[in-house]
Amino acid sequence: MKRFLKILLVVVLTFAALNLLQRLLVPKYQTGIIEGSMIEEYYNEAENHDVVMIGDCELYENISPVTLYEEYGITSYIRGSAQQLVWQSYYLLEDTLRYETPKVVVFNVLSLKYDKPQSEAYNRMTLDGMEWSSAKVDAIKASMTEDEKFVEYLFPILRYHSRWSELTSDDFKYLFEKDLVTHNGYYMRADAKPCMGFPDPMPLADYTLGENAMKYLEKMTKLCKEKGIELILIKAPIEYPHWYDEWDVQMEEYAKENGLKYINFIPLQEEIGLDMTKDTYDAGLHLNVWGAEKFSIYFGKWLKENTELPDRRRDEKYSSVWEEKTKRYEKEKKQQTDELEKYGKLVSFGANAVKG
Amino acid sequence: MLFTSYEFIAFIAAVFLLYYAFPLKYRWTLLLVASLGFYAIADPRYLIFVGVTVVSAYFTCIKMDAMNLEQTSYLKEHKEEMSTADKKKYKETMKKKKRVFLLIGLLVNLGILSVTKYTNFVIESINSVLSDASRLSTVELIIPMGISFYTFQTVSYVIDVYRGTERAEKNIFKLSLFVTFFPQMVQGPISRFGQLSKTLYNPEPLNSKMISMGIGRIAWGYFKKVVIADRLITAVTELVSKPESYTGTYVFIAMLFYAFELYCDFTGGIDITIGIANTMGIKVAENFNLPYFSKNIKEYWNRWHITMGTWFTDYIFYPISVCSPMLKLSKWSRAHLGSFIGKRVTVYLSSLAVWFTTGLWHGAAWNFIVWGLMNFVVIMISQELEPLYTKFHKKCPWYKKAPYTVFQIIRTILLMSAIRMFDCYRNVPLTFKMIGTMFTEFNLGAFTDGSLLGLGISGADYIILLAGLFVVLGVSLIKVRVGSVRAFIYERSEMLYYTAVAVLTIVTFVFGAYGVGYDSSQFIYNQF
Repeated sequence: MKRFLKILLVVVLTFAALNLLQRLLVPKYQTGIIEGSMIEEYYNEAENHDVVMIGDCELYENISPVTLYEEYGITSYIRGSAQQLVWQSYYLLEDTLRYETPKVVVFNVLSLKYDKPQSEAYNRMTLDGMEWSSAKVDAIKASMTEDEKFVEYLFPILRYHSRWSELTSDDFKYLFEKDLVTHNGYYMRADAKPCMGFPDPMPLADYTLGENAMKYLEKMTKLCKEKGIELILIKAPIEYPHWYDEWDVQMEEYAKENGLKYINFIPLQEEIGLDMTKDTYDAGLHLNVWGAEKFSIYFGKWLKENTELPDRRRDEKYSSVWEEKTKRYEKEKKQQTDELEKYGKLVSFGANAVKG
Repeated sequence: MLFTSYEFIAFIAAVFLLYYAFPLKYRWTLLLVASLGFYAIADPRYLIFVGVTVVSAYFTCIKMDAMNLEQTSYLKEHKEEMSTADKKKYKETMKKKKRVFLLIGLLVNLGILSVTKYTNFVIESINSVLSDASRLSTVELIIPMGISFYTFQTVSYVIDVYRGTERAEKNIFKLSLFVTFFPQMVQGPISRFGQLSKTLYNPEPLNSKMISMGIGRIAWGYFKKVVIADRLITAVTELVSKPESYTGTYVFIAMLFYAFELYCDFTGGIDITIGIANTMGIKVAENFNLPYFSKNIKEYWNRWHITMGTWFTDYIFYPISVCSPMLKLSKWSRAHLGSFIGKRVTVYLSSLAVWFTTGLWHGAAWNFIVWGLMNFVVIMISQELEPLYTKFHKKCPWYKKAPYTVFQIIRTILLMSAIRMFDCYRNVPLTFKMIGTMFTEFNLGAFTDGSLLGLGISGADYIILLAGLFVVLGVSLIKVRVGSVRAFIYERSEMLYYTAVAVLTIVTFVFGAYGVGYDSSQFIYNQF
């Protein structure tokens, strides 16, 4: 018995040590590339949302939930991540429905161009932050590239152990608790880099959207219908990567067949008021906060006119929470604006924040 | 399924759990299923090759064993009425009959090995002397995993039964387990039937010390393999794959790196094998005994890959030494060439055969054959110089002191490491050329100009390597004094032992060169 207890003690301490080391070794995504922190931040939310948006950077860099709330009283959250693939969006929706049932789900259709798993790095940034559930297991299985192994998702130390030689102060600082890096999933950037045009689109051999990708869109449609959620398909007002007319037609047909709303915002750039010489921080790939706010005002109006979303601004349960969110949002916006005035560039945000 | 794969670790964990749940008497059946499964997972077609090996060995050995019994019983029955000459004649007749079955057993098994492993080598060797127009095309052949190991193990069993030193196994399933026992299938050791079968079919009952010792040995094996060997392989590959860039001192660095890589890789793999077996109450032969502490090359070969060395001695060297043509040659050469040469002829020829086949066994390439022959040359020279050494030692009594011992050890390591470079470069002339540059190009700046950091391993990796090798050296030095270091610690403090195993495991998890970012190599001896 004494021997058994000794062994048990060593086994427990070994697992505890491995767990601590795992916490230390996994990337923290708190500085520089912060996209890896986005998915897990959702679990900190205290209140439900009327709108949940799922998709790639065309959502989390172009729509500001704080603006939607301030302007229309719409409570929303963007479950976005870098190069989020449609099957990941589907399982993130399943995951979200474990906690709340929003009235509206918005999905950005650009990711339908991908029919197969793409990149381990992007997979990790989407999947590592998900809490464990059958949705996460299925998301991993659907997303893994050839070289990836499920067990490395189960025990991330197996994937990240070699980071021991590149640990930074961030890894120790955020060992147990992380700071919020988004505003309800929105990634704020106040700097500007004008769009100088894009290369001509490459002709494709086949313009049909992939079978696998469409299968997950169908699953998403079915799930939303089952839960009484209105699914809205959008294409954000970003011209590059190119969104082909042929794809647009397929989306329109799909929306019509399934009784969904689909809106392509690319042709509406002018109506939205976007000035791509000022409203983008990376030459037209993503909007900056000024562009995102313009688009959010336009999109919020569209949502109010086309759906039945309540105005939560007078609802005390929400207003106190959103007041805090707005304060934090404005504070960061000011911080970024000040930095731009002082240094001509951002120094504490984006890639510049990484100490060399 | 590589030993370092997650699949293998899951496989072994599942086998352990089921194994302990089985009644002691039937545990071997689970091992058989696991071993066949292990093979089938690699490629189900391999089972056909192993099946032929088992069936051929089974029937030939049953037949030879029956003849052995018949001979014993006949001689016993007719003890009184038979003269010595009659007995000798009878034995000869029986031997001839048995030899037919021996030949069948050997031809089938060595035939499969030869055809699968060496056909393309022979074709390519022939092609090298033919004109382009008359070249033969190579053939696509399956080379079953671990064929060199299980074939040699089976051949030793067949010969032992022929010689009457072992009884034939009556249960074909038990024999199948002996041939396919999965922990040693990929890289040995090459077990003998008499030694392995004792605990393979009747394992020791479960006890905590046995399991603790086994797990400790597995952890030690993984540490050497994953933390040291798999980290070094990146640099070795870089150095030997670009011989035009890395000459002189770099060849020396590659030689040392490969020496440490091979040692940690091979001994690490054997530790895992023996550890797994021990955890299941099975005793597998030791394959290493601190080979890098050898003072000369002969001693080195008694400590390195021991089961292979003894196999070649028992089944190649002695049979050739005492075969009748060799005895006739020995007699003739003593009579015509004098006793000095006469007594050496048989030893030299038998040794030459051993080292030629040892080289060939390691790989179907001239590099390996030349490697074997180089070993032969060095061993023979050192044997001839033995009297000179004895004289020198008598005149210099300090030869027993530590500094001279260290000199001898370093000399042996360098010599063996230099010969081993034939493993690394793509052909024999290039290997000779590269070894030559070690003596002609002294670019010592390689150690200081930062180029060591351009070999695919970082400064932090070097720190881990140095620390890891320091631990291996420390443990080896303690082993010289106390024997098994694990047993030494366990007997003094179980808690300290468990803690040491836990720390080793954690270190391997964190500092191991595995997963994405590392091209974790197969165990080097898998290919043989």
